[in-house]
Amino acid sequence: MARASQMRRRALWTGASVVVLVALWAALAVIADSRHVPAPFPVFQRIAEGIASRELPYHVGITLLRVVTSFGIAMLIGSAIGIAMGRLAGLDRFFDGWLILFLNMPALVTIILCYIWFGLNETAAIIAVAINKIPNAAVTLREGARAVDKDYHEMALVYEFGAWKTFRHVTLPQLVPYFAAASRSGLALVWKIVLVVELLGRPSGVGFQLYTFFQLFDVVGILAYAIAFIIVVQAIELLLLQPWEAAANRWRR
Amino acid sequence: MTALAVTIARKAYAGARDGGVLAIENLHFSVAANEFVCILGPSGCGKTTMLNVIAGLDKDFSGQIAFGESAARRRLAYVFQTPRLLPWRTVLENITLAAGSDPHSAANARALVAEVGLAGFEDAFPGQLSLGMQRRAALARAFAADPALLLMDEPFVSLDETAAAKLRALLLLLWRQRPATMLFVTHDSREAIQLGERLLLLTPSPAKLRADLRVTLSQEQRASPSAVEAFRTENLSFLAESRAPAEAPQYNSPMNRAFRP
Repeated sequence: MARASQMRRRALWTGASVVVLVALWAALAVIADSRHVPAPFPVFQRIAEGIASRELPYHVGITLLRVVTSFGIAMLIGSAIGIAMGRLAGLDRFFDGWLILFLNMPALVTIILCYIWFGLNETAAIIAVAINKIPNAAVTLREGARAVDKDYHEMALVYEFGAWKTFRHVTLPQLVPYFAAASRSGLALVWKIVLVVELLGRPSGVGFQLYTFFQLFDVVGILAYAIAFIIVVQAIELLLLQPWEAAANRWRR
Repeated sequence: MTALAVTIARKAYAGARDGGVLAIENLHFSVAANEFVCILGPSGCGKTTMLNVIAGLDKDFSGQIAFGESAARRRLAYVFQTPRLLPWRTVLENITLAAGSDPHSAANARALVAEVGLAGFEDAFPGQLSLGMQRRAALARAFAADPALLLMDEPFVSLDETAAAKLRALLLLLWRQRPATMLFVTHDSREAIQLGERLLLLTPSPAKLRADLRVTLSQEQRASPSAVEAFRTENLSFLAESRAPAEAPQYNSPMNRAFRP
């Protein structure tokens, strides 16, 4: 019962903060009194129209698919690199410079080079986004692999766990907080880069739509798509990432 | 029949110079199958190092660890100084992970949870248990591995005497039901007398064998503090007198050697 009332109070706070934000936006629109600063209502109306015409779900869906694919690839490769570097000092020393290079490579450079080298296609788009995210995942997971407790590994060795059981029951659970951190920052980073990739060279997706609206100076459309996509990403965080993290951290007091 | 023959000629930790810090030198002993041996030595004398060498966790030493025929194919278990339970796995999972995957081992693991007094806590996480209960779980895990040789590194430290006494009784009970060769390391001579059939006394660092004696007490005598105390005064009185001066002349210490011309 205490938990239910706590949740209700939290929902109340969130609701109130959203209402205040929209009110501020409405006030700003009135003060600016410009075609380029629309009020909230026309934007919400545009979202509703977009949903009705199936155009908005189509573009948001395609963008989401690109986000999920490139995010998955980047997490897989980035984690593997990070864990290997965290475990093997020689590898770490050698590739540390490479990692710094890729960490500081502007996203735009990777995207342009991928399009030039691989052509204006889906593969190039996915690769470009993944390359941008891989170094971040690697750096986070490297910290995790370094922090792994040797005591538990000795225990696993004595009790003859073997490689797979050791990885699953000893190593992986210790990396969960690092996976969570990499996923959270990764999701936010990846979807922003996907939009740029779409803007530069894809005929579909939220980024492509934004490009079109930009050429028409259609601010209502820009805000409608931005808000729709923010809601989707927030839903992923609330419905997928947070429950997974809660389940993985059940053992913590 | 010999279950274990330990020969450690030299075990040193890497130091700045002069071969590092010598932890163990010329330590030889062998243990009969299913014998309960307590290894008694002052803190920091290299007892844990010795167990890690025997367990195969530390391979950087000169010497040889030979397991008897019966032990060669059977498993080894190790109760560490801290429980080392996986905090993200439940009590039962911690114990079954160490047991084999066949149905017999799984059943044995379940039975052990109850035998160590943790029935009802199967699905609890180690962090939800008291230290005493965690130590019980670590004990259950060790026996669940069906070990031929069980290494124990001061497994009952930082418990109050009542809790430690209960755990010692539990350990003896488990050992009688599931015989194994026991190597129990402690710095507490009363504990060693209560548990061991045989005591191996180690010198301060670098560890060497100082004495090897049998404890000829009956089960009832072991349970009586006065009998334990009597045995202690009779056989181990030299410990109390010699401990202090024994620290002074450490001829083998690399520190001393380093300062000689």
